[in-house]
Amino acid sequence: MSAITTATQADIQPSIDDLKAMAQVIRRHIITMIHAAQAGHPGGSLSAADIVTALYFRVMRLDPANPSWPDRDRFILSKGHACPVWYAALAERGFFDRSHLTTLRQLNSILQGHADMRKTPGVDMTVGSLGQGICAGLGMALAGKLHGKDYHVYVMIGDGEAQEGAVWEAAMAAPRWRLDNLTVIVDNNGIQNDAFTAEIMPVEPLADKWRAFRWNVIEIDGHRMEEIVPALESVKAIKGVPTVIIAKTIKGRGVSFMENVPAWHGAAPNDAQAQAALAEIAEGLR
Amino acid sequence: MSQLHDCRDAFSAALLELAQGDARVVALTNDSLSSSKLTSFSRLFPERLINLGIAEQNTVGIASGLANGGKIPFVCGASCFLTGRALEQIKVDLAYSRANVKVCGMSSGLAYGALGATHHSIEDMAWTRAIANMVVIVPADSIETAQAVYAAAAYEGPVFLRLSRMPVPDVHGRDYQFEIGRATWLRSGTDVTIVANGTMVSRALTAAHLLAQEGISAGVLNMATVRPIDQAAIVTAAERGPIITVEEHTIYGGLGSAVAEVVVTTRPTRMRLLGIPGVFAPTGSTQWLLEYFGLTAQNICEVARDLLRGDGHHG
Repeated sequence: MSAITTATQADIQPSIDDLKAMAQVIRRHIITMIHAAQAGHPGGSLSAADIVTALYFRVMRLDPANPSWPDRDRFILSKGHACPVWYAALAERGFFDRSHLTTLRQLNSILQGHADMRKTPGVDMTVGSLGQGICAGLGMALAGKLHGKDYHVYVMIGDGEAQEGAVWEAAMAAPRWRLDNLTVIVDNNGIQNDAFTAEIMPVEPLADKWRAFRWNVIEIDGHRMEEIVPALESVKAIKGVPTVIIAKTIKGRGVSFMENVPAWHGAAPNDAQAQAALAEIAEGLR
Repeated sequence: MSQLHDCRDAFSAALLELAQGDARVVALTNDSLSSSKLTSFSRLFPERLINLGIAEQNTVGIASGLANGGKIPFVCGASCFLTGRALEQIKVDLAYSRANVKVCGMSSGLAYGALGATHHSIEDMAWTRAIANMVVIVPADSIETAQAVYAAAAYEGPVFLRLSRMPVPDVHGRDYQFEIGRATWLRSGTDVTIVANGTMVSRALTAAHLLAQEGISAGVLNMATVRPIDQAAIVTAAERGPIITVEEHTIYGGLGSAVAEVVVTTRPTRMRLLGIPGVFAPTGSTQWLLEYFGLTAQNICEVARDLLRGDGHHG
């Protein structure tokens, strides 16, 4: 933990164990925030927690004191309903004070129900309507190429989100400009709003689809930090093509009664459930 | 007022000049290079012309990302597809995010007359002006079009620029200075005011000229910016008498509605709204359709006479 809390200094590289611990801190915030708001999306926030932690505490080049630094790496949480994970990471990384976290969804909070780039420091793109984040990320990557900048753009989408047509417009376009500074991460937790993705509208085989669109495809376990970090760190060395990381994840990961249960896509825990969840997360921290 | 100009030429010349002086200016299109008059731009700045193919949602989304990276993107394409297909990107990625992107809708209104209702763009003013943070500009001639391009670039935020392809005469002098949110009196009148924008302004002027020959004094107000609208100019018009609005657009939610919103809440006066009366237009040449819907100087005169008769003027 000591390395993590001072991770705003670029010279300190958090270890895999540090990152695992931080992911549990992020999970604790997710539960606390959604419990306080009595609304939100815990399932998809928890499934993304390990990857978002790796991005913000090890992989991305950032300056929390200067959120609009032109040379920063960019992250877009295109599956915007999972914004508690984003807010938690930004707060822990020092973009704003942790005390804001429990104001989630409150009137005049800097933490809107879906992230608003004009209200939340560190948020690079307003999200909330699925399928739009990759396109915006593609534009950021293209601007980087045009300006000769070496920043990298990461966009996380959900597997259900891959049902949106605009995702595939962007998937077609990014290789056209050889955008090797763009990485899409699919948080492939297999559940969407109504039920399991495979029941509603199957999106598999995702890896084949992205390969057919001429992307560099990496498949990982999206909860094993030992796989997440090397995958994310490998993409900057890939030249000439964009990368997609298809991360197999479990919706609700880290809270046993939420894991792989569609009902926890968009439901807030009550007092007892929150307490039980926080106890499990504390257990995971040890 | 006799020589006719396709305003897309003024648009592309102005954009080219802007791009020459400002490396941040980039152009995006959806397989509409020639109809957006971007051929010269693509020759001079091949790396700054980004053609995304037939994918409007992606095109507008990418524009927002380019703006985030410090560019000033001008997204160009047929207005019917650009605004209709990508409306949510315009709402979220541009307006809500206050992205510095200029959406340039070509061949709007009934310009694609013979291509039919899929290609007519008679709702775009309503759609875009309903969205917070949007600036909506409908220039009347080549002079105003060029000025609107510069003004849009100088303005930090999302702009919808609605252009036609129907040649129109210049109604402004060379010394004209367009300003976002300011309407222009092209003719003053005491009996009735004709408020128009885009291709309808020259027709409004012709109508005012014809009415003058019958002793009716009609003012002409060019409402080039629909959002934010020039409330003061509308109040001035309403204080003088009845108002006729003329737009190459449905009367549901467009210029007429925008003017009426101001009139009923400030200085109520009698109005007539000329435009497309809430129907899909049939296939036909643009000129034929404009006549069909009464968007002619003659019909504006007829409506003015009728309106003033109701006011007790002229017997």
